[in-house]
Amino acid sequence: MNINKTQPLEYSTEQGRLNILGFWIFIGAEVMLFATLFASYFTLFDRTGNGPSGSEIFEITPVLIETLLLLTSSFTIGLGVHAMRIGNKQAMMSFFIVTLVLGAAFLGVEIYEFVHYVNVGAGLQVSAFTSILLTTLGTHGLHVTFGLFWGIMILMQVKKRGLTPQTANKSFIFSLYWHFLDVVWIFIFSFVYLKGMM
Amino acid sequence: MEFFERFAVPHPSPAIYASMVAIALTSIAIVIGLTYFKKWGYLWREWLTTVDHKKIGIMYMISALLMLFRGGADVLMMRAQTAVPENTLLDAQHYNEIFTTHGVVMIIFMAMAFIIALMNFVIPLQIGARDVAFPRLNALSFWLYFMGAMLLNISFVIGGSPSSGWTSYFPLAGNELSQSVGTNYYMLSLQISGLGTLITGINFIVTILKMRAPGMTLMKMPMFSWAGLITNVIIVFAFPVLTVALAMGTMDRLFATNFFTTTNGGMDMLWANLFWVWGHPEVYILILPAFGIYSEIIPTFSRRNLYGYNTMVISMVVISLLSFLVWVHHFFTMGQGALVNSIFSITTMAIAVPTGIKIFNWLFTMWKGKIQFTVPMLYALGFIPIFTIGGVTGVMLGMASADYQYHNTMFLVAHFHLVIIPGVVFAMLAGLTYWWPKMFGFMLNERIGKWAFWFIAGGTCLAFFPMFISGLDGQARRMYTYSEATGFGIWNMLSFIGAIGLAIGFVLIVYNIYYSTRYASRNIGDDPWDARSLEWATHNPVPEYNFAITPQVNSRQAFWDAKKKGHKLFKGGYKEIHMPNNSGVPFIMAVFFFIFGFGFVFSMWITVIASLIGIIACLIHRSFEKDHGYHISAEELKKSEVELRGAK
Amino acid sequence: MKLKWAIIGALITVIAVLTGCEPLTVLDPKGPQAQTQADVIWISIAIMAFIVITVFVMLIYLLIKYRGSKQPDSYEPPHIEGNKVVEAIVVGIPVLIVAVLSVVSVKSTYEVEAKPEGYGDKEPLVVYASSSDWKWHFSYPEQDIETVNYLYIPTDRPLEFKLYSYGPITSFWIPQLGGQKYAMSDMITTLHLGADAPGEFMGRNANFSGEGFAENTFNVKAMPQQEFDDWVKEVKQTAEPLTEQKFDEILEPGHLGQLTFTGTHLDFMPPPEGHHGGHGADDKKNSHSSHDSTSSEQATQEEHEKEAAEYEAHND
Repeated sequence: MNINKTQPLEYSTEQGRLNILGFWIFIGAEVMLFATLFASYFTLFDRTGNGPSGSEIFEITPVLIETLLLLTSSFTIGLGVHAMRIGNKQAMMSFFIVTLVLGAAFLGVEIYEFVHYVNVGAGLQVSAFTSILLTTLGTHGLHVTFGLFWGIMILMQVKKRGLTPQTANKSFIFSLYWHFLDVVWIFIFSFVYLKGMM
Repeated sequence: MEFFERFAVPHPSPAIYASMVAIALTSIAIVIGLTYFKKWGYLWREWLTTVDHKKIGIMYMISALLMLFRGGADVLMMRAQTAVPENTLLDAQHYNEIFTTHGVVMIIFMAMAFIIALMNFVIPLQIGARDVAFPRLNALSFWLYFMGAMLLNISFVIGGSPSSGWTSYFPLAGNELSQSVGTNYYMLSLQISGLGTLITGINFIVTILKMRAPGMTLMKMPMFSWAGLITNVIIVFAFPVLTVALAMGTMDRLFATNFFTTTNGGMDMLWANLFWVWGHPEVYILILPAFGIYSEIIPTFSRRNLYGYNTMVISMVVISLLSFLVWVHHFFTMGQGALVNSIFSITTMAIAVPTGIKIFNWLFTMWKGKIQFTVPMLYALGFIPIFTIGGVTGVMLGMASADYQYHNTMFLVAHFHLVIIPGVVFAMLAGLTYWWPKMFGFMLNERIGKWAFWFIAGGTCLAFFPMFISGLDGQARRMYTYSEATGFGIWNMLSFIGAIGLAIGFVLIVYNIYYSTRYASRNIGDDPWDARSLEWATHNPVPEYNFAITPQVNSRQAFWDAKKKGHKLFKGGYKEIHMPNNSGVPFIMAVFFFIFGFGFVFSMWITVIASLIGIIACLIHRSFEKDHGYHISAEELKKSEVELRGAK
Repeated sequence: MKLKWAIIGALITVIAVLTGCEPLTVLDPKGPQAQTQADVIWISIAIMAFIVITVFVMLIYLLIKYRGSKQPDSYEPPHIEGNKVVEAIVVGIPVLIVAVLSVVSVKSTYEVEAKPEGYGDKEPLVVYASSSDWKWHFSYPEQDIETVNYLYIPTDRPLEFKLYSYGPITSFWIPQLGGQKYAMSDMITTLHLGADAPGEFMGRNANFSGEGFAENTFNVKAMPQQEFDDWVKEVKQTAEPLTEQKFDEILEPGHLGQLTFTGTHLDFMPPPEGHHGGHGADDKKNSHSSHDSTSSEQATQEEHEKEAAEYEAHND
């Protein structure tokens, strides 16, 4: 196998470079996916039927907690990738674990939030607005859930196999994914919650 | 018993029972045949587990041809039903199911598969690559597409076909007005095969951007590869929109959400918008590769280089951008007002400019050439006039005020068939004939091929030109019958005769494949058409590693210049080649997806969860697997090359 | 090439038929909007014919001149990359054509989306045309009558159709009076038409709406204003009143012949316009539970119910 020593570990093999480019393109597709959800959300935003509107159900506290958790996790995974680049496996794993824990906490708060919506009469089936709201949030939440399991797989491999070009490549791609989810959340925070509460 | 009642067809007919029997018998025959000839192992090793882009391309092609005949059978039933006024061959419900299936099968499972087939087979060869960037994902793409196609195709014998049109407009496609599981099949099968298409898109963008032979800059790439690149970019940006729309539609039907309903704030127009935001780029996903194919075939058989390479590339890029800005022209009549319609009317007509440039460039390519009327060239030459008619009527439809009269009529049906058939089907048949020797090592018979061409070209004209007239005379599309007083009878009869002509043409193509397989010469060399691009620089049929030595490119027509100007393509000696291992995981995972889809269609949640666990298990397996592929050593390579050369 | 001649032959036939004995419905306009559209269609056919002929002539010329069998074996076609001037022409002419067509398209689109011209400042006749599986309901609020599956209209007066649907998306189309427009359950669309001369025309739903779609047609009869007024008077004297119960029956999926009523369903089942979130088709089912959001709405609702009850009593 050709290993290029002048590049960071995750870029060092040909296949690794292809994987990273491929993943960037995948993120392009994900951008379109969320863009479509946002467009639909804006279209259906005021079509509340007999159900509640956004300003009636949104609560600022859980949303702020979620935002804080996810933003911090994006920062810690950045630190993790930095640790990986300097070859510190232990630190890298620790940062990744912190990231995943923060992600799990985010998910916990989000589940609380969903239960709250259902309790105040804003379940999935109530109106076009609640359908698109919960679908948009839910799609992001599912992405986070998937990310949690994916992250655990990668951690297990790093632990077992050490920092090889392959595991480094996977970890790096995972960090791209995690940052992307953070960016999506910032949009959700601004355009769903803040705009909805105003 | 109650459990099985849900699988019953809600609206059966003798034809459906006959199909059930036929499907059962065919399946049994295949199983017995495979067992008797002891081919299970061969099938598994060589095909079901393959990650070779060439074999995957061939499997796509076979599936596409099967789907072509499925969609074609639908056509014959439809045209027979409408051939005479007040016909009672089919009732309304069956007719609706048939035209719905025809649309879905032809667009998603035939045309898409065919273009992906040719992209798979040709692009890696054309850019001098060993395979695609992600061979394993490529296999997954195919199997997802295949399982999606199968899922839709079992609908008419298990549970009922979708019947709300291939556009599946809500609220017609909602639970209340489409009560059978048919529309569930539509949603799930498109979702599954769409996922496969998205993966193909990512795979080919990376392949084309990163794996070109040394020296092949983007502006030295053959035009079909350029078309492939742009097409896949459109795929990546258009398909997620469909994913979301289908997910919402599925949730409306199965989880009682309110996206497109008529109550609680639901908005039926949102579906139409999302569908066409994907649907219009989809048209260009189909047509751009076809343009690429013609850009290979016309220079080859004019014995000249492609005229205006740069403008060809620019016009494709412009088309791809405009394709995302015209979707409203599919529903000018939805009442969005004169301003919106005017804007989309202008963007729509603007597409005619880059398309026109391409037509003229192909014509100029023939200028001062030495034109040979081979079968692929005949399709290209038939394409130009028929597509021009289809294209200019598209401009007419783009004029919003007049579209109020054309919309939903046979005029529209005539237009899009006269674009898609010469644009896509002719191109696929041309490409199939053109690259056939590269795939199988022998050529298709030219004489039978020409007969088939004339039947198909003549049939196309006869089938669709009358629809312009009946459309302007007020015949709406999708009507299962009409009264004699309307006077539509004669035009529909002509269409029926045209459809029969087309059918004869396709039967001739099948016969040609059979005939040529038996009788054609295997001694044709590597370059039977005297062609111009890299795929012809390797052996016929292509060895698994494509090129023993990676070619070095320094001009647009790499192989032509190697032949005529003595450019050296293959420099240096044999080096060890790294190859990916075969894997059964993509196939198994796609089977889980099939079960997942089937469970979802019938709301069998235990099945859904079980298959989901299967899918996740496949993903975990892939994540932990250490698969470094295998190597072909320089000696083995030398041996195989000597053998391949000796075979000629 | 046989194909080329076949196509040209077909084209000539098409043109012969188009201009021949019996004019095609769309190209035989009987109202100002349809006239505008027919003019646009003819202009575009002419321009498109020019393009098609140019391409055909070039193709045939090239195929005859440069076919391989004509040329010596030793002939090697030259390498030609392209020519700036030629490419500028190839871009320029289509741009010009599209520009011209854009002007025509925009102008005519604004025309057909506005009150038809040529009727002075006559007030338009407003007709609410709603579809249900698979029927058309025509409510004349001004005259306070309603018909099913047939439409009487006065000539020489602008017509304003308010379209909506009780069910799938349909498309209201009377080809000889003008192009179609969708009728949907969650909003009202407006279609402007006009009839110049008395006559009978075909009207239909043009958008696929399920099993009964093919027969989802209606008859249109245009007559002078005087005759129209007489017809209205006659209906008022002879027709049954439309009750909510009766209307519910009519809404059931199926085909019906032509029906005539006094009163309109607009009274007890208002069209979707003005309803937040678009309740449209389900007003009927939800009217008792879902309209209690504002008290005024509730009041009107009760009023309508009272009215409907009175009608029913009257009926018995």
